[in-house]
Order: sequence, then C-alpha cells, then structure tokens
Amino acid sequence: MQFTSMILSNAEVSPGYWRMRMTAPPEFASAAPGQFVMVRVNGAIDPLLRRPFGVFDVGVHIPAQSGAMTQPYFEMLYRVVGKGTAMLSTLHKTDLLDILGPLGKGFDLGADDEEKLIVGGGVGLAPLYLLAKELVKKSPVRLFAGGRTRDDVLCITEFERLGVECYTATEDGSLGECGLVTEALLRRLDALDGKATIYACGPHGMLNAVANIAAERGISCQVSLEGYMACGVGACLGCVAPGHKHSPETPDFRCVCTEGPVFESGELKWRD
Amino acid sequence: MKPDMTVNLAGMQLRNPVMTASGTFGYGEEFAEYVDLEKIGAFVTKGLSLKPRAGNPTPRIVETPGGMLNAIGLQNVGIDAFIQKKVPFLQSVNTPAIANFFGNTIDEYAELAGRLDQIPEVAGLEVNISCPNVKQGGIVFGTDPECAASVVKACRAVTSKPLIVKLSPNVTDVVAMAKACEDAGADCLSLINTLTGMAIDLNRRRPVLANITGGFSGPAIKPVALRMVWQVAKAVKVPIIGIGGIMNATDALEFILAGATAIQVGTASFINPGAAQQIAVEMEAWLVENGVDDIKSLIGALET
Ligand SMILES: Cc1cc2nc3c(=O)[nH]c(=O)nc-3n(C[C@H](O)[C@H](O)[C@H](O)COP(=O)(O)OP(=O)(O)OC[C@H]3O[C@@H](n4cnc5c(N)ncnc54)[C@H](O)[C@@H]3O)c2cc1C
Ligand SMILES: Cc1cc2nc3c(=O)[nH]c(=O)nc-3n(C[C@H](O)[C@H](O)[C@H](O)COP(=O)(O)O)c2cc1C
Ligand code: FES
Repeated sequence: MQFTSMILSNAEVSPGYWRMRMTAPPEFASAAPGQFVMVRVNGAIDPLLRRPFGVFDVGVHIPAQSGAMTQPYFEMLYRVVGKGTAMLSTLHKTDLLDILGPLGKGFDLGADDEEKLIVGGGVGLAPLYLLAKELVKKSPVRLFAGGRTRDDVLCITEFERLGVECYTATEDGSLGECGLVTEALLRRLDALDGKATIYACGPHGMLNAVANIAAERGISCQVSLEGYMACGVGACLGCVAPGHKHSPETPDFRCVCTEGPVFESGELKWRD
Repeated sequence: MKPDMTVNLAGMQLRNPVMTASGTFGYGEEFAEYVDLEKIGAFVTKGLSLKPRAGNPTPRIVETPGGMLNAIGLQNVGIDAFIQKKVPFLQSVNTPAIANFFGNTIDEYAELAGRLDQIPEVAGLEVNISCPNVKQGGIVFGTDPECAASVVKACRAVTSKPLIVKLSPNVTDVVAMAKACEDAGADCLSLINTLTGMAIDLNRRRPVLANITGGFSGPAIKPVALRMVWQVAKAVKVPIIGIGGIMNATDALEFILAGATAIQVGTASFINPGAAQQIAVEMEAWLVENGVDDIKSLIGALET
C-alpha cells in the first residue's frame, strides 16, 4: 500500500545511525518481520528513486489523555551513507513522507520447539528486532550482534528487554568480544543440543560466512538481502540476486523485492 | 463540461493518451494495486523474446541526478510463459495491452510478431529496435535505417495488428530512422527509448554498472525526448507516442504539443506507482481549467 506518513520522532541513536518513528495506517500492523518499505525522501526529482528500509518495529501509540485517538506507527533504523539518508536525518517531527509498503517476503518464523539464533551486522539489525519480538513469544532467542566499533552495535538494550540473550563482537574490541560475531555463533552451535534456525541480516561478507556455517552443519538459515532497487514491486528487475544454480552459462536470478528480501540461504549462490 | 480525452492510435481507440512504458510496468499485474488499469489509455508489457532471458549481472541500476541508468539486459519470461502466465491477466482488464518485443535476428522478430499476432488479448505490438543493453541485440537494428526497415517489413508481413516501432535516441539522425520505419509499414512510432550512458565510482575506480554502460531514463532526458518527438512529428504522417522523463501532466501535455498523439510513462512509475493514472487525471483537469474541450486539438499545436 502507499500512504503519507507523519514523522513522530527522528533521533540519532549512535553516531551516524538514526531511528525514525512515523505514523502508519492500521493495516500496517500486519507487516511481517523482514518486510521493507520504500521511502520517497522528498517530493523533488533529486534524489529521484525511493530508498528501501527494513521495518524495525510496529506498534500503536496510546495517548495518555483518555478518549484521544490511538495512533498506529512503525519505525525504521537507518544509517546515513549518502544523499537520501542524509536528507532523512534532517527531517523533524510532523514532517511528511510518502511510503510504499510493507513490501516483499519476510522471515518464516519456523517451528516453536527450536532455538532461534539471530545474527546481525551493523544496521543489519534493523529488520531483526521485529523478528525477535515475534520469536520470543514461542522460542528461546539468542542475538549475535557485530560491528566495526561499539558505535555500530545498535539497540542491544531493546533486544535484552525482550528477553533475548545477546552476544556482541566488534572488530576493534571496543564492545564485547574482539573479532567477528560468527565466532560466538560457532561456539553456540557447538554447545547446541536440539534444533535451531539461524536468521541473519548484515553486510554481504557476514551473510556469506553465516550461510556457509549453516550449510556445513545442516542448519536451516534465512538471510535478508539488500539490492539496488528502483521500484520495490517486481517491475524494474534491478534488484536481483544470483540463485544457487546461477552461473554465467545457467543464469538463475531471484528478485529481491518480491521473492525476498528474505531467502533460505540454500536458495542463493555463495562463495565457498 | 468533461473534455474529450480519447485518442485514436493506429486504429486503437484509447480512453486517454496515457500509456505505460515497456520495462517499467511489469506485465501490468504488478501495478494493479496502485493503478486502476481501466483509467489509463493502454499499457505496454516488458520486452518479450522467444526464449526466456536471465538478463545482466548486478548492479543493474544506479541513480544519477534527475535520472537513472539501467542495464537489466532485457530479462523477461519469454513468449511461452507470457502466453501461459501473463495473458490471462490481460484478458481481465478492459484496456488495450501492447506487447513489446525484440529479437536477435530478423527471423526472430518476425517469429515473435507472428505469434503475438495470434493472441486476441494483445491489442497491438511495439517492436523494440532500440535497446542499448544487449551486445548482439537491438542496437544494430535501431541505429541503421536499412536494418530497421527490414525488421519492420518482416513484422509487418506477419501481423495485421497495430505495429508500433520504438525508436532509439542513440542515432545522429532520428528523422531518417523514423521515415525508414514509416515507409517499411509502421503504423505508429514511439520515442524515445533510453539514451546510452555510464556512471563511474571514483573511489573504486570502476564503472558502477556491471555491464559498464546502461540506458539513461527519467526527468533528466525529457529535453532530448521532446526535441526528437518534435523533429519526427514534422517529418512523418503516422501517429507518435512521446516517451522520456514524463513525471506529471505538464510534461505529458508538452509532448502532445510537440506532436505526440499519446505518451508513455516510464521511470515515473517506479517513484510513484500510481503515476500514470494520476497524470491522466491531471491532464483532464488542465484541459478543463484551460477551456480545451478535446485533447486532440493540442496534438502538434506548438506555436513556433
Ligand atoms: C530490502 C532492503 C532493506 C534495507 N534496510 C535498511 C535499513 O533498515 N536500514 C538502513 O540503514 N539501510 C537499509 N538498507 C540500505 C538502504 O536502502 C541504503 O543505505 C540507502 O538506500 C542509501 O541511500 P542514500 O541515498 O543515503 O545513499 P546513496 O549512496 O546516495 O544512494 C544512491 C543509490 O544507491 C542505492 N543504495 C545505496 N546503498 C544501498 C544499499 N546498501 N542497498 C540498497 N541500495 C543502496 C540507493 O537506494 C540509491 O538508489 C536496505 C536496503 C534494502 C534493499
Ligand atoms: C528498468 C527499465 C527497463 C526498460 N525495459 C525496456 C524494455 O524491455 N523494452 C523497451 O522497449 N524499453 C524499455 N525501457 C525503456 C522505457 O520504456 C522508456 O522508453 C525509457 O525509460 C524512457 O522513458 P522514461 O524516462 O519515462 O523512463 C526500460 C526502461 C527502464 C528504466
Ligand atoms: S526493485 Fe524493481 S524489481 Fe525489485
């Protein structure tokens, strides 16, 4: 669906990372974890294209004053990397944005009687919070959050408040373990008795490592991909990613915005 | 009074001059949630080939100021899957659906034209002789008047449906191309397809697109498109469909003044999926405001 959304808040939560809350129509509450929105940053022709962002959270604001209207909202967690995100970060409460969404196929919540291992790198945590919120209702959930420095590890307290057990790792050692978050994931997998599903979102290199770990150990794994998008609705075919059968001779492209952004990792092509 | 928005395009009666451009509107279905297809004049499918095509490696698109480059590589489901999976939807919509198609040889063009001719749900054919993305593909046909004419003749011979030829802007003399296609039997000309362009990532010292070059579209190309439509309109008798950077009703009406009978909305549908319908509504409102009772009176009405 397409709607005009009013910004309720827009705040820098860590240097370069912003969290924006905005109004949504009531139907938006059914957004599945892992779905995304396409945001038109302004009404002008520069930047021209919409920008894709994961849905960080959905909820309903209940005003303190009795009798006042409740207000459904959703949140985005975004990193300022270029023109569009820089513009977003200058917007204020009551500014309006044109939104398309929720779009795409989200995470499959899977079976209840297994451990859920969530792996997020940097702003890749964005779509994983709503996922964790759903998963904790039925299963034990662990989060493995990584980043370059402590500034890149976001919103851990929010996950902890859900009852998620959190492991953090930074490349410079400024928070948690020094190194890659996949180390902690591997240790957990070694200690695991019973089944598990991995959910991951983050830089491609991290997803590649996680997908390989899952494949080696025969664990089901879902990853959320990024892709350069123009339309978000399956029309431009710009956003595709190579599927597992892909080779230059036997091309196999998957449409990230409609078949994804969440895929079973086994469906996609990875480097060994 | 409600103005008359209908136009006749090579025998196809359109309720208004607003169409959607190939490759920017899927097979129609993708936009059904955002556009009432029965409020626009016609829609054009993604370019079809005989066999399915997987397209180019990624990145396939990049934004540029006021525009975008794409090197999709003509990814499409192929004619068989089109007939099986996409045509049933076309049947459900009371709006002319035009099939855009391309081949690598004249025989392929003719075979496709012949097969599309047999599909009752397809109201007209748009031949893409101008796609800049595929190395052995359209570029050869679309930049040489004789080659283009042979393609048009071969298609003309096998179809009685309205035959639209979509021209490439990547030529020195678009009028020569237009005349060659008209003489070869085109019922209508659509222009422009994308301009060949390129973007570079300075820090990586690499091209942004995996294909290196891509097709430039969006509001930035409108002046080039307007100029070409105006030049061609003066030189040919067949109706013209204006395409290139149309974002709103003002843009659309400018193309009509320049000589277009209808227009196609391309990149704008990515930014606003309801763009085509909105443009049709706003065009009508402009006519009302300006006391114009028939859109046809504006075609080619540019005063110079
Ligand atoms: C499904 C999906 C979900 C995403 N969710 C989030 C999120 O929750 N939080 C967040 O911070 N970022 C997210 N991203 C990445 C985000 O879309 C880009 O960071 C953003 O578009 C950059 O825009 P810009 O104008 O600031 O950058 P520029 O570099 O100026 O953008 C230029 C063009 O490149 C595109 N682009 C640049 N980087 C990316 C990228 N990494 N992925 C896709 N397109 C890109 C832009 O959309 C734009 O079209 C997501 C991407 C996808 C595909
Ligand atoms: C992503 C994309 C895919 C396209 N695919 C096709 C195609 O398959 N066949 C074709 O004839 N034109 C194709 N085009 C060209 C458009 O139909 C149109 O001619 C061009 O984009 C200029 O119009 P615009 O500026 O309004 O987008 C494509 C354009 C884009 C942006
Ligand atoms: S973004 Fe256009 S097809 Fe996915």
